Amino acid sequence: MSENQNPPADTSKDVTVAPEAGTAVGPADRFPDPGMPAHKKRLTDTDPRAAKRAERTVTILFVLSILGTIGSIVAYVMVPPDGTTSGVRLSTLLIGLGLAVSLLGIGIAGIHWAKALMGDREFVQERHTLATQGEDRETAIRDLNEGLEDSGVVGRRGVLKGAFFGALALFPLAIAVPLIGSVGGDWNISKFKHTMWKRGMRLAIDPSGRPIKASDVTVGSVFHVVPETTEEYRETHEWITEKSKAVVLMVRLNPEDLRTDQSPEGETWSHEGIVAYSKICTHVGCPVALYEQQTHHLLCPCHQSTFDIADSAKVVFGPANRRLPQLPITVDDEGYLVAQDDFAEPIGPSFWERLK
Amino acid sequence: MSTATHDTKREAPAKPTTTVGKAADYLDQRTSIGLAVKEFARKVFPDHWSFMLGEIALFSFVVLIASGFFLTMFFEPSMALETYEGEHPANMHGQLMSVAFASTLDMSFEVRGGLLMRQIHHWSALIFMASIVVHMMRVFFTGAFRKPREINWIVGLILMILGLAAGFTGYSLPDDVLSGNGLRITDGVVKSIPVVGSFMSYMIFGGEFPGHHIVPRLFTLHIFVIPGILLALIALHLFLMVLQKHTQYPGGGRTDKNVVGYPAMPVYVAKMTGNFFIVAGVLVLMGATMSINNVWNYGPFDPSPVSAGAQPDWYMLFLEGSLRLMPGQGTEWVILGYTLPLNVLVPAVVIPGILFTFLFVYPFLEARVTKDDKEHHVLDRPRNKPARTALGVAFLAAFIILALAGSNDLIATHFGLSINAITWVFRILFFVGPVFAYYITKRICLGLQRKDRELVLHGHESGRIVRFANGEYIEVHTPLDEQERWLRVNYEAPAPLEIAPKTDARGVKRKGYASDKRWQGLSRFFYEDRVAPVSPAEVEAAHSHGEHDQLNGSERQAVEAGAGTTSREH
Amino acid sequence: MTEKLKHFQRDEDIFVKALAARRHHRMAPVVLLLLALLTTGGIYAALAPSTAKAETVSTADIETGKKLFQANCATCHGPNAEGTDGVPSLVGVGAASVDFQVSTGRMPMQMNGPQAVAKPAQFNEEQTAALAGYVASLGAGPAIPTDEQVDASLGDPSNGMALFRTNCAMCHNAVGAGGALSEGKFAPALWETSERNIYQAMQTGPQSMPVFNDANITPDEKRDIVSFLVEQREGSAGGNSLGALGPVSEGLWAFAIGLGLLIGAAVWIGAKSS
Repeated sequence: MSENQNPPADTSKDVTVAPEAGTAVGPADRFPDPGMPAHKKRLTDTDPRAAKRAERTVTILFVLSILGTIGSIVAYVMVPPDGTTSGVRLSTLLIGLGLAVSLLGIGIAGIHWAKALMGDREFVQERHTLATQGEDRETAIRDLNEGLEDSGVVGRRGVLKGAFFGALALFPLAIAVPLIGSVGGDWNISKFKHTMWKRGMRLAIDPSGRPIKASDVTVGSVFHVVPETTEEYRETHEWITEKSKAVVLMVRLNPEDLRTDQSPEGETWSHEGIVAYSKICTHVGCPVALYEQQTHHLLCPCHQSTFDIADSAKVVFGPANRRLPQLPITVDDEGYLVAQDDFAEPIGPSFWERLK
Repeated sequence: MSTATHDTKREAPAKPTTTVGKAADYLDQRTSIGLAVKEFARKVFPDHWSFMLGEIALFSFVVLIASGFFLTMFFEPSMALETYEGEHPANMHGQLMSVAFASTLDMSFEVRGGLLMRQIHHWSALIFMASIVVHMMRVFFTGAFRKPREINWIVGLILMILGLAAGFTGYSLPDDVLSGNGLRITDGVVKSIPVVGSFMSYMIFGGEFPGHHIVPRLFTLHIFVIPGILLALIALHLFLMVLQKHTQYPGGGRTDKNVVGYPAMPVYVAKMTGNFFIVAGVLVLMGATMSINNVWNYGPFDPSPVSAGAQPDWYMLFLEGSLRLMPGQGTEWVILGYTLPLNVLVPAVVIPGILFTFLFVYPFLEARVTKDDKEHHVLDRPRNKPARTALGVAFLAAFIILALAGSNDLIATHFGLSINAITWVFRILFFVGPVFAYYITKRICLGLQRKDRELVLHGHESGRIVRFANGEYIEVHTPLDEQERWLRVNYEAPAPLEIAPKTDARGVKRKGYASDKRWQGLSRFFYEDRVAPVSPAEVEAAHSHGEHDQLNGSERQAVEAGAGTTSREH
Repeated sequence: MTEKLKHFQRDEDIFVKALAARRHHRMAPVVLLLLALLTTGGIYAALAPSTAKAETVSTADIETGKKLFQANCATCHGPNAEGTDGVPSLVGVGAASVDFQVSTGRMPMQMNGPQAVAKPAQFNEEQTAALAGYVASLGAGPAIPTDEQVDASLGDPSNGMALFRTNCAMCHNAVGAGGALSEGKFAPALWETSERNIYQAMQTGPQSMPVFNDANITPDEKRDIVSFLVEQREGSAGGNSLGALGPVSEGLWAFAIGLGLLIGAAVWIGAKSS
């Protein structure tokens, strides 16, 4: 390649430059650039005592930084966090303050040094047009063309070119296909449409897992409900994933307050004013849990979708569009509340295949 | 120190005598580092506080890497479940949680300085994003994105988006209830995407939400993929900045052909290093005194609970607000049996898409309507580009309104308002606010420009009142010194595009006229209202119109002796 | 914080709370001594409400309570507490409900609003007890919890946390800093609510709050919740808790303090030295 690659030396020069015409417009229309303003001397330039003082301040700040570091290490050794809130707070505070003093000391000292003691004359350097100029540009273009010519790609050999680009474009697939193929597990998205609720499954209190008797549910109370399972099952990942779909909020209204629910003709999905609705918001899936006893409104604390429990959990405010799906419930022989079946529709946020 | 190095370089053939000189010589003989020193040691950087906003972002990133390294020593990115045996915090003892959450508790309560590092890390993340946004505001409002820096603007935007991604992935790692609900919302948003949404949800979680893959996946993204790309792009960002040399604010002697400032060695390097320590110091101070994201308050992830004040970190609040504002009624469409939830798609995908697209295309749009292909290195004063400044403020207004809407529940409790009323107000404000902000800002800019003209033409009011023999009073105005005048007249006020007529000389319709017409319309939107800078001729005319033709000779002399040129004010 | 979040505190509450929160504190003996002094002073006996007490309120007290009721409450709740249009009947709400509403100052209500807000209590302890006794005599309802039932030191804060976040946190925030409900209603912060009042609120479900009966959250579990909430009053292990309001307040502080300081420093760095 070209032997001369060195950029032209920087032409640093002192501030007093001749004013340049800043714009292309003629001098008659525009004011001339007055050039750099005169340099003002600092106190530390004119007064040796001030300079001395600044030097001392900088030194003190550096010493302070050293003390901060030492303090931080002392705090680390001497104040072990005993795990209690106040103990951890004290340890965090002391180690942190020491470190902060250590860092800020250096920082402030450095800045003060630069501002008060280092040269403060501004320099002017020329800018060079960014586009490559003259011979360099021509050489570059020539090299590029020669290289292309040598490769033999230009013009002829369309098949070769096609094969070349084809190969390049396709090879990542050999990595991407196994990755994407496996990354989604079993890809069985129909799981979105079902929960673990089954006919006869008892309703239990979240998180204790106690089954609930219908008589326990008094008017005005609210129960956060999960399917009854074994203690062991509740310590698995499968449970967490299933619970994500199966959580239910159950309240009892005065039967006269309960205007409608979602039971179809000839069925009863509620039990003596007790209704259970999916707790997963039909907007984007937050747990809708904020039940206002007096208005029977259920509010989602994430995006404020509001559902009317007394009126089949229909949306009365906010970004949700669909009512919360109702869990059909009844009681078993022992008086415990049980599910009649799974939800009749997919719970939670909408997705493309929801109704398919 | 610097001079020693410098001297060594200058007298390369001579044997170095100082230790530093010897070390430099040793290196140079093996790396020809002298060339780099020659190139960079005295390279000039303009100085202004607003040029340090990007530095704050850079240094927060350094602090993020350092504190993040500390955290990786103790964090275990596993979703295996365990019962927490630790005694502290007391409200977590004996609870079932993921190993990720347990190790977060352990590093906070058992590792000395662990909580400090966690808090430093989180505060740094917030400051990283905050300084990026403020830095972008500086770049936007001063026109620093213009040629040749459009590429660097794009690189910066990608950096910001990666910053969002880094924040989001890190925030979700402890596997707590708050971030778990954040992931759940993400899942809901992803599912809303037509055709591929459900599969994308499976792809992210390795099955159904939440599964047991997400934390390790986010961990790899958070500590490897995203910071890796961030680092590479930060390097590119800085390389382009050095290559193109920094922009400078307008002023005497500062042109598009030069750069005025302090040399890298020693002033700039000292200030930069000092600033690093100050940024790190402030972040440590915050970590030491202000608690942040106490995950044991929220508890380990459980799909049932959620807490009031469930919000993401501030930089994601605009998305949260967007989701909160969208009315849900009638906005979920079913087409051929397929569900299209516009109540999620529009606020979570379309609106951010529009906001980001605006940022991506703006530099090119402005260059097009200005018909500008020159290199720019002197920054604009925001007032001198009223349409740009107003658009920027309108954009910010939209962003802030969305972020406030994302905090509507806290606004409701702290100001005793109804959350429903607030939501309605923000719904309206989202459309009205930016327009209003645009209009007001543009008027303010034009007003400031006219004020500049006024000052250049008539000078500053001096407060001195002079009475003439005929009983007339005038206030003496002091003319601007030439530096100040230069600041107020040195700008371009582009005129709207002019386009070729619809038909050529022979009456044949010209191709591309319609497109030209549209661009002209846009250009008018930008530049129809313009205040041109004062020319010397105008000043001349103002003066002759002012006092010279009305005062007789002796009076004029009296006034001028006292205060130089004066102009009159009735 | 707004006025409505402040609760009027009785001496007794302060000491019980202090005792629970700082029982390992070296000042604990002093606190205990003070408590003992107060107790022996006879005041404590007059103040301490208990289940037993609610049952054994003398007929004289019930009479006093009835008079107080008719003078202060009957306008809205009706002369026999049977309720009027839009105002609930108090028959069967129990002593706990009255004690909660009156001792937190929510009742008598000052004015109509989205909800009754806490304010300085309008009645002293004896009057409150008398009112509670009167209402309890109208029909069976939840009784005022005993001191043991609300003793935070006997509860399990870990179990309380698990219960609180499932049943309470969506309204009251994860650590009880309060939150918004619809139409201007709100769930108050619980920092200063007395243990007894926390317990009573769960028992009786005041206003928008649902009832958490003993089948849903057992008395022991209620005490666990009290214990968890009392533990939160120690503040945050990380330093200033910033109101424990979550990411929004954290973001505000990041801008106000962090970016404020850093931009201040930048201005200093960029300014010319004089």
